Amino acid sequence: MPVLKKLHILFAAAMLAVTPVMADEPDPKNWDQLLEEAKGQEVFWHAWGGSENINAYIAWVGDEVNSRYGVTLTQVKISETANVVARVLAEQSAGRDEGGAVDLVWVNGENFAAMKRQGLLMSYPWSTDLPNYQLTDFENKAVLSMDFTESVDGLESPWGTAQLTFYYDSANPSFVGNSPPTSLDDLADWIEKNPGRFTYAAPPNFIGTTFLKQVLYGLVDDIAVLRQPADQETFDEVTAPLWAWLDRVQPDLWRSGRVYAADTTNLKTLLSDNEIDIAMTFNPGEASSAVIEGLLPETTRSFVMDYGSIGNAHFVAIPFNANAKAAAMVVANFLMSPEAQARKSDEAIWGDPTVLAIDKLNVEQLSFFDSLAPGEATLSAEEFGAILSEPDASWSDALDAEWARRYGAGN
Amino acid sequence: MPNLQIFLVRSKLDMLRLVVLMLLLIPISAATLTLVGSAFKWHGVSELFGINATAFGAVVAEPGFWKSVSLSFWIGLITPLIALSVVMIFIAAFLNSPSFKWVWAIMKPVLAVPHAAAAFGLLFLIAPSGFIIRLLSPEISGFLRPPDWLIVNDPAGVSFALALVIKEIPFLFFVTMAALPQTDLRRTQIAAGYGHGQIWSWLISVFPAVYLQIRLPVFAVIAFASSTVDVALILGPVAPPPLSIQILRWMNDPDLAKGSIAAAAAIIQIGITLLALLTWWIGEHIVLHLARMAAMRGWRFKRDLPFRLFVGAIMAIAVGLVCFGIALLVLWSVAGVWRFPNALPEIWTFKSWVSQFQNLVETGWRAAKIAFVSSALSLMLVLANLENEHRSNIRPTRLAWWTIFIPLLVPQIAFMGGLSVLFLRLGIDGTLWSVVLVHIIFVFPYVYLTLADPWNAFDTRYLDVARTLGKSDNRAFWEIRLPILLAPVLGAFALGFAVSIAQYLPTLLIGAGRQPTITTEAVALASGGNRRLIGTYALVQTLLPFVFFALASLVPKIAWSNRRALLPTRMGQ
Repeated sequence: MPVLKKLHILFAAAMLAVTPVMADEPDPKNWDQLLEEAKGQEVFWHAWGGSENINAYIAWVGDEVNSRYGVTLTQVKISETANVVARVLAEQSAGRDEGGAVDLVWVNGENFAAMKRQGLLMSYPWSTDLPNYQLTDFENKAVLSMDFTESVDGLESPWGTAQLTFYYDSANPSFVGNSPPTSLDDLADWIEKNPGRFTYAAPPNFIGTTFLKQVLYGLVDDIAVLRQPADQETFDEVTAPLWAWLDRVQPDLWRSGRVYAADTTNLKTLLSDNEIDIAMTFNPGEASSAVIEGLLPETTRSFVMDYGSIGNAHFVAIPFNANAKAAAMVVANFLMSPEAQARKSDEAIWGDPTVLAIDKLNVEQLSFFDSLAPGEATLSAEEFGAILSEPDASWSDALDAEWARRYGAGN
Repeated sequence: MPNLQIFLVRSKLDMLRLVVLMLLLIPISAATLTLVGSAFKWHGVSELFGINATAFGAVVAEPGFWKSVSLSFWIGLITPLIALSVVMIFIAAFLNSPSFKWVWAIMKPVLAVPHAAAAFGLLFLIAPSGFIIRLLSPEISGFLRPPDWLIVNDPAGVSFALALVIKEIPFLFFVTMAALPQTDLRRTQIAAGYGHGQIWSWLISVFPAVYLQIRLPVFAVIAFASSTVDVALILGPVAPPPLSIQILRWMNDPDLAKGSIAAAAAIIQIGITLLALLTWWIGEHIVLHLARMAAMRGWRFKRDLPFRLFVGAIMAIAVGLVCFGIALLVLWSVAGVWRFPNALPEIWTFKSWVSQFQNLVETGWRAAKIAFVSSALSLMLVLANLENEHRSNIRPTRLAWWTIFIPLLVPQIAFMGGLSVLFLRLGIDGTLWSVVLVHIIFVFPYVYLTLADPWNAFDTRYLDVARTLGKSDNRAFWEIRLPILLAPVLGAFALGFAVSIAQYLPTLLIGAGRQPTITTEAVALASGGNRRLIGTYALVQTLLPFVFFALASLVPKIAWSNRRALLPTRMGQ
């Protein structure tokens, strides 16, 4: 069948002609070509949708990338990042290697680690080649290259930084004339003196687990042990002071420790309702933002533990089968631009600290940050103290499980 | 095998019946298979984790597992028990009173309130920092800050059960009202004539006949209460939570290997739901036995006035809680600053309504479209099936019944994961139509449930007359039966609409983020705990089905304003 054969060859040739373009993944090193490719693409960005401020900020990003780069951005508002990970996993197992539903996802360390291990991320390094990456403080901020003890390897692009911060109303009688409790001893004393006025989020919620790690950091003799994987033999010994501390405060917690807060936002609501006196958050600007919003009084202030506090960064990642990879990179790059970063730091907008190195910015770029005046509820850079990096990932699971056994079983 | 009768095709309508069964059976069995596969780790998704047979072991070893299980179990039983008792005794006591119409009129909008909205309303009302204590503080209570009382999220799940009860009362009320026309209420008078008290007369003479008709809705309540997620998240215990929340936690765990633990727990969840159903079934027999004994011994329970008042009060409280909750949602949606202990917001603002307006309209419109199409299609399928049953003179077999109700009995969270993989493999996810399709699975049973009994209770002699006058079967259907049954048909449609609006997981997973509805937005925003937004979205979520419930009761009144006998005044339908 010569005709068929000819067709066959023609078809194969056509395939060959098409394949290199199809297989060619967008390359951020060739930025101009990537911009060209991104034009007209639609990015579905799966991002936590629980905050009016953040949603409005993302909508602003959408308007900007549309007018500047011709990229359409749609936020898919989700309540749990794990749902997105599960979605991409389902696509992977159903063999959908391209045209996936997720183009960009706002991830935290745990979800990033899971996606990386499972091969759910775009497989080659890209974030470090984005033009604006050079403006970030990657030389000094370890949290930009190690996300939750998982090496970033250019597979996700930094977006903001975070540090465990406590906040309270300084006009509250229990704080007037006293400085807030910045050591674990002081905190335990304070809880005992003010029964029912302190709580934390129940692990495995992120902020709850972080609080356990924060307390653990303050009680271990040698923090080097936390950088090693947790093992059963040393775990009990190392964590004994943590459980002793929690046992001590347990009866005087909010609701006598029979109910815990659900998450960061729940803690903020409880403080706003005057159900508790101290709340905690990963966003150092959250207290000031809440003051601007009218949720908390003007007299709200923040503090951190005197032995340092756990800090990390948050990122955006692109799944392996994203439909609009080039445009997703354009969005990720724009998120690191001085203008977008400055706007995000504005407490009237969001109040999320920047990932940029201020000393790398030129005058024009700095001008975006000039008008920013952090509220009184926000700590200054000097007041933040040392950043404690995350313990080895294995500690989270072990701490969560032991916490559930001790306090989560309703005994 | 008489059950195989349902697969026999004799006519076009029979073909439809087969289509419906396939429509329900295929997704459900595929989803269940995926679930079992994931739990035992031999399915595609789970192969990734390697072989591990201890998923069930891990579930059972979870601290507080047995408490979680017993919570789900007792909530699954206490909710229908209280809701059913209140509804039955209330109807027995007040059916003939002039105020009954009023209660029935209020009940319909209450039915339109989504579970999560009702739960938030209740939370804003009864929490230690809620409206009631704000109202009393500080003048009466002396509280300058909220008392540290364990009212909501209590470990025993009392507030959780309360929220479910006040939401299931309108539902059971609704299905009972649909069943009443098929029941000979004169029995009550006969029983009363023998000197029985009003409530007792009703319970021994009418209740057995009514209960037979609403048994499946009651089962659906058991299944829902034992496995609900949204209400449990808002008001349920925290440490440990009900099993459904544990499943959600495992499903949401960043560690993907927990997926098979979630699947194993979901299978255990199905077991708990079945166990609750079995316990209820045993309870039915005990109650039957006791009631027979009481009747045989001639107990008459004549002085039931205090009891009647008591049940009336409970009903008023239950309806009042939902209504007050909704009023609080309105307040919160315009509250700029509202700190404890102020009874009203200090600063009022329409910020949320203004800034969210476009999104509310967009996602509300999409939700309405999906709900309209899925309940219209469901209604058509139900009508075709009912008409087929009538023309072929067959009744649904047990297998057919159970197939229809599986989507209501199997916890949604348990098989949505498998269903989404199925849609993915078929490559039909992410479109409006795929969302409509998956909604039909959940809407169809409710439409069938509410329409079947009124439909079958229709006096078919009207049709005989029509045919004698030379009308075809089809014309008799369109011109006689459908118009006469307009009220229950529209009522079933409205309920289907409400069910579709409330769907969260199916919309999220099958919609692939491409089809955001008012409900997916509401849940995402609720995760941020912003009460102004929660109030705003919950209200729109309530408003949409409410419009259709209102239309469902208005249209027949207008259409038949000159046909007194067709007016749905009897039984207030």
